[in-house]
Amino acid sequence: MKKIYPDAAAALDGLLFDGMHLCVGGFGLCGIPERLIDALQDAGVNGLTIASNNAGIDNEGLGKLLRSRQVKKMISSYVGENKEFERQFLSGELEVEFCPQGTLAERCRAGGAGIPGFYTKTGVGTQVAEGKEVRQFDDEDYILERGIYADLCLIKGWKADKAGNLIFRKTARNFNAPMATAGKICVAEVEEIVEIGELDPDAIHLPSIYVKRLINGSPYDKKIEFRMTRERGDAA
Amino acid sequence: MSWDRNAMAARAAKELKDGYYVNLGIGIPTLVANHIPDGVEVTLQSENGMLGIGPFPFEDGIDADLINAGKQTISELKSSSYFGSADSFAMIRGGHIDLTILGAMEVAENGDIANWMIPGKMIKGMGGAMDLVAGVKKIIVVMDHCAKDGGPKFIPECTLPLTGTNVVDMIITDLCVFRRIDHDSPFKLIELAPGVSEDDVAKKTTGKYSK
Repeated sequence: MKKIYPDAAAALDGLLFDGMHLCVGGFGLCGIPERLIDALQDAGVNGLTIASNNAGIDNEGLGKLLRSRQVKKMISSYVGENKEFERQFLSGELEVEFCPQGTLAERCRAGGAGIPGFYTKTGVGTQVAEGKEVRQFDDEDYILERGIYADLCLIKGWKADKAGNLIFRKTARNFNAPMATAGKICVAEVEEIVEIGELDPDAIHLPSIYVKRLINGSPYDKKIEFRMTRERGDAA
Repeated sequence: MSWDRNAMAARAAKELKDGYYVNLGIGIPTLVANHIPDGVEVTLQSENGMLGIGPFPFEDGIDADLINAGKQTISELKSSSYFGSADSFAMIRGGHIDLTILGAMEVAENGDIANWMIPGKMIKGMGGAMDLVAGVKKIIVVMDHCAKDGGPKFIPECTLPLTGTNVVDMIITDLCVFRRIDHDSPFKLIELAPGVSEDDVAKKTTGKYSK
């Protein structure tokens, strides 16, 4: 089975429909599947519900899809640094489900592992608990959270082999790892595709079973939100 | 007189113990890393998927794939490890992190904390804060004693949407330190910043505490 596609548009061909649910990996602008997001924008698919930790920033990452009004609802933990998001949310154009970051990660992990719901202490006694079942275990309250299982998962990796075995790089792994599993089909973009046998089987972060379609999205001009440095000679 | 941002961070750093795994929030809590006492080794966790946060990188070491939870570029240590978000929060929710130090907009006398939302105004979201206060063994809040409008922030009951209920163990402000020994006990005023009197604290605090 051939998994490698020539570009993002080809990799998404036949998978998109209005009103679909997506999981999109990344943390801030780190490790976002930018080629696939661009292709979603070009495809003009509308009414999207997107689970993603953040919503990009103005005109970067998912911020592009917000600007083009393709998003109906975001499921996110943190959406600062995004004026267009704020405007659409406050005016009621955009629906938002705030989900604690760990709960969001676990909802994806669980959904992808065939677990439709789980109990967590996170959010007990807060707005997040409203409308959710509360159950006691060992004298402590927990709330029921639902697994997430999307129509399509979009992730960014570092290297993959032609079979689809994939490795991430440093903190760009983040939500890409759980979200790759949390849906019917996962499309991955990576910086390099290598021959089968070139990656150590013991060092694979994401086994090939999860990666159904793959593109090489290079070259990348990775964006940095807050560029911090120290001078040589500074104390650490 | 009172403590400035760095002095507050230095005071919080005194709570670090050798061998601790620690998650630091954004803002003043991040500065705690600059004040780790001599002889104390701690491992800093970043909830976006890293244990062992190093200092800011040199200009030629900047890497867009290596950031902290505040989305700032950082560096790695020889002892660092990386993992995905689900594993990261398994560590946090599972009680494996010893201490978290974070900011707050309000703390109530019963240990409730609010730090993620001002209805109608600020809609940034809670990020990992709700998971941290629910799962980490010890919670220290570092915040200004009063809000920008001068109103107290350690109060009888939170007015803003909560981040967690009955979770805070210690509060460090620019004026003083409150601590409680367990979650059934009231906070106690245990320390004053230089030049600050018990009266100064009393005038700017509406939350109940013992002396």
